[in-house]
Amino acid sequence: MARKGDVVINIESCKGCEVCITACPNQVLALSNEVNSKGYHYVMKVNSACVGCANCAVVCPDAVITVYREKRKQ
Amino acid sequence: MAENNIISPENLVYEKTSVLTDRVLHYCPGCGHGTAHRMLAEVVDELGIQGDTIGVAPVGCSVLAYYYFDVDMQEAAHGRAPAVATGIKRTMPEKYVFTYQGDGDLAAIGTAETLHACNRGENFLIVFINNGIYGMTGGQMAPTTLPGMKSSTSPYGRDVVTMGNPLKMTELVAELPGTCFVTRQSVHTPANARKTKRALKKAMEYQKQNKGTCFVEIVSNCPSGWKMTPAESNKWMEENMFPYYPLGDIKVPS
Ligand SMILES: Cc1ncc(C[n+]2csc(CCOP(=O)(O)OP(=O)(O)O)c2C)c(N)n1
Ligand code: SF4
Ligand code: SF4
Ligand code: SF4
Ligand SMILES: [Mg+2]
Repeated sequence: MARKGDVVINIESCKGCEVCITACPNQVLALSNEVNSKGYHYVMKVNSACVGCANCAVVCPDAVITVYREKRKQ
Repeated sequence: MAENNIISPENLVYEKTSVLTDRVLHYCPGCGHGTAHRMLAEVVDELGIQGDTIGVAPVGCSVLAYYYFDVDMQEAAHGRAPAVATGIKRTMPEKYVFTYQGDGDLAAIGTAETLHACNRGENFLIVFINNGIYGMTGGQMAPTTLPGMKSSTSPYGRDVVTMGNPLKMTELVAELPGTCFVTRQSVHTPANARKTKRALKKAMEYQKQNKGTCFVEIVSNCPSGWKMTPAESNKWMEENMFPYYPLGDIKVPS
């Protein structure tokens, strides 16, 4: 089974460009209805299907996303 | 909840490199400049050369690159980055030197500096962000604008009879004996961004070996200048820019 992952989104620096949403293989990310202090709809997690592949973080122009992935079981 | 356990330092797989400062980028949403900056910064980080790297910033949207790269930076007059980088590299040959230039900067006003630096085989890296337009000044036509492509100064589309054909700088510099490694990449998908990073890393390694000029073009988007959403601009880039500016290595050292 794929290892589980998780992401931390720095919503204040997100510009709502949606590039990460397109890049995610598991549809983990979507735009919030809320906006940040700059008025951008920011990205949020909408499910727990993250596998920690870091695709979203690699293509985010604004380095908004930090990615974690559980270690392989010994 | 199990998820909360995953977020812990030992499980960290990706975070912003410390070779980029914490300043919020001024680029438009979805603009490739940010990703291109990060790929280059990650290479500097992984090679452990932050203290030995000197960048030269252009005029164009990336004029403020010196705010974002946490390395020594020098601003150059429009198009003159390769001339400035020549001076820096020749006085400090042990440093890793790069220029970061848009297509207006590199392929219009700075064509002479670019070609001559490559022809002399200056030992630095040129990072060329080709978005086919003058982004900063309001989306005017650049030498790289595609045939038929609309811009604020070609509102009916570029007519190659009166406005000339798009200039393929990367193919041109590959012809010069001074260049060592010449490649064209993009950063709009995870796979492409990772490939760009590998190319930038190779280029820095060749610089260490004094092999000549390395030239990495990154075909990029300009959602604002192209008047598209970021997603539309990336799709448009794949369908229109890549056929004219095909991705891949053009010259690799033997
Ligand atoms: C000597 C001089 N001429 C013209 C300008 C105006 N100018 C500023 S940026 C720019 C073009 C930038 O386009 P590009 O290099 O493609 O960068 P982008 O903004 O698209 O990333 C021009 C013509 C200038 N600043 N200095
Ligand atoms: S790390 Fe991978 S799976 Fe998780 S949100 Fe990002 S792209 Fe989706
Ligand atoms: S790619 Fe980055 S800036 Fe764009 S929506 Fe996703 S997290 Fe926000
Ligand atoms: S104008 Fe174009 S190149 Fe400049 S920051 Fe905006 S999208 Fe990027
Ligand atoms: Mg440009």
